[in-house]
Amino acid sequence: MNPVNYLYLAALLFTIGAAGVLIRRNAIVVFMCVELMLNACNLAFVAFSRMHGNLDGQIIAFFTMVVAAAEVVVGLAIIVSLFRARHSASVDDASLMKL
Amino acid sequence: MSATAVHSLWTTAAEPIGKITAPKIEYAQLAPVLIVVGAAVLSVLVEALVPRRGRYHTQVFLTVVALAAGFAAVVGLAAGGYGSTKAQIAAMGAIAVDGPALFLQGTILLASIVAVFTFAERRLDPAHHGHRVDSFAAEAAAVPGSEQEKAAVKAGFTTTEVFPLVLFAVAGMLVFPAANDLLTLFIALEVFSLPLYVLCAVARRKRMMSQEAAVKYFLLGAFSSAFLLFGIALLYGYAGSVSYARIADVVDGNVTAMDPALAATMGNDALLLIGFAMVLMGLLFKVGAVPFHMWTPDVYQGAPTPVTGFMAAATKVAAFGAMLRLLYVVLPGLTWDWRPVMWAVAIVTMLGGAIVAITQTDIKRLLAYSSIAHAGFLLAGVIAATPDGVSSVLFYLGAYSFVTIGAFAVVTLVRDAGGEATHLSKWAGLGRRSPLVAAVFAVFLLAFAGIPLTSGFAGKFAVFKAAAEGGAGGLVVVGVLSSAVAAFFYIRVIVLMFFSEPKVDGPTVAVPSPLTMTTIGVGVAVTLVLGLAPQYFLDLAGQASVFVR
Repeated sequence: MNPVNYLYLAALLFTIGAAGVLIRRNAIVVFMCVELMLNACNLAFVAFSRMHGNLDGQIIAFFTMVVAAAEVVVGLAIIVSLFRARHSASVDDASLMKL
Repeated sequence: MSATAVHSLWTTAAEPIGKITAPKIEYAQLAPVLIVVGAAVLSVLVEALVPRRGRYHTQVFLTVVALAAGFAAVVGLAAGGYGSTKAQIAAMGAIAVDGPALFLQGTILLASIVAVFTFAERRLDPAHHGHRVDSFAAEAAAVPGSEQEKAAVKAGFTTTEVFPLVLFAVAGMLVFPAANDLLTLFIALEVFSLPLYVLCAVARRKRMMSQEAAVKYFLLGAFSSAFLLFGIALLYGYAGSVSYARIADVVDGNVTAMDPALAATMGNDALLLIGFAMVLMGLLFKVGAVPFHMWTPDVYQGAPTPVTGFMAAATKVAAFGAMLRLLYVVLPGLTWDWRPVMWAVAIVTMLGGAIVAITQTDIKRLLAYSSIAHAGFLLAGVIAATPDGVSSVLFYLGAYSFVTIGAFAVVTLVRDAGGEATHLSKWAGLGRRSPLVAAVFAVFLLAFAGIPLTSGFAGKFAVFKAAAEGGAGGLVVVGVLSSAVAAFFYIRVIVLMFFSEPKVDGPTVAVPSPLTMTTIGVGVAVTLVLGLAPQYFLDLAGQASVFVR
């Protein structure tokens, strides 16, 4: 199968993720959408790696996974602390600083 | 499928794997980063092994010594000629050791040292239950207002974890402007961003706001780094490599070994332009340029003030360094494509920051919008696309970071019962009550405004001169106009402090320990020295303005 199709899929997943970040209101769901965007990047890296015949892209995919895991650790900790204080994980409720 | 049609990637594994040559790492040239990372790891161990009583002092000592040692290593490398004649690419092409990298690393390390002094300050709040307290939560995991939190405060817990977090953030910031391939760029970005997200969430007072700031910063930061990463993927697809030098060669069309895959992708400008735009978007988010600035005021306001000062100064230095390297090393061939876009971003950033700042009523938000306007002035220097542009931006970053840390350090001193009194109305008449603090803050505000004899003027002059000579005259006109707008609200705060009656129930000015005094003193000293005798430092920035490729 033509590897270009995987790039279209990656772009589609990335767009779905980006749209989700902008539309969804639950911080956890927003965060999952960000993870979807990172995975779309991984798919693009691997597809390009296949096209160019070098391994750089596959190596980068591993780095991305580690970064995504680290981001989960930090992100969930922050979101859970917010949730415990407010009993809501909605990003609209977090508006103490609105003018 | 015939055997020959199978891609080489699948067939290499069947052959015996040859000897893998060990990578060559230039430990001496990477010393500044390695010292800070090593200290950060050590600092985590301190957190685990040293008894609670001794942790604070151990951590402060370790952090300051590590940052100072890192700075000494930078000075050593610069004195050894690595900033000029011996500039080179280290760590198998991952990290550049050259003038701009060393200059910015030195700036980040010095700025972090004075910022860490404000982190360590424990005399601003009255002691709780006989324990001195700093700006950070007794137990960040406890729900604000809960029994658990009260117990933690009573037991005298402190979040000394902020020191390892700062060290990790500094390590990432040191790598960021020196990154010489896109993967290192991304990893460095995450290494300094993730600790900053946590640091934003651990304020002692106004904890709900602090957590909210952290969530906003985290979600938007992760969103923008996903854009950066997809941009990197597209650039990798375009050039078949993430190395800066290789991408620059492909952009310029100087490729010696051409394979069919590369020939197909390098003809595809969409990959290059979209990829580059997305990478730039990630960097513009980090510097807080309009239209990627929405997080800045909320995060600056909600984060603990010492963290805000550190973040405002050091992140900006690191991110502008990375942006300069990307634009000047990777994409000089695309100057005509990126300049118009950056023109627009710079103009809306300067005007947007300056105009919205006028309406602000909170001193931290005001400084946040001021930092957005300053990002615009810096972008004017970046757009110059000349060696003078680089040196002026380097100088501006050095001058700006100390003013910012000093200004936020002053903000921590003005307090009332609820912690810091950040509402502007409470600052009325501060000059009558404590003339010294108000005068120091006035010096910082004048430096922000770019009044002559302060570092702000020397920096702005250098940046605008470079921009004008680089053919961005229109930008300079907008820059001067928005400086005038910005001067209005800085002067307004000064007028408020000195020429209005103090309120009866106004805030008190805390007497800090020598730590914060040092921070503020260094800020004032740098502001005045760079304002009165900028030539030596301008020359230094000029010598440091050549990128290695």
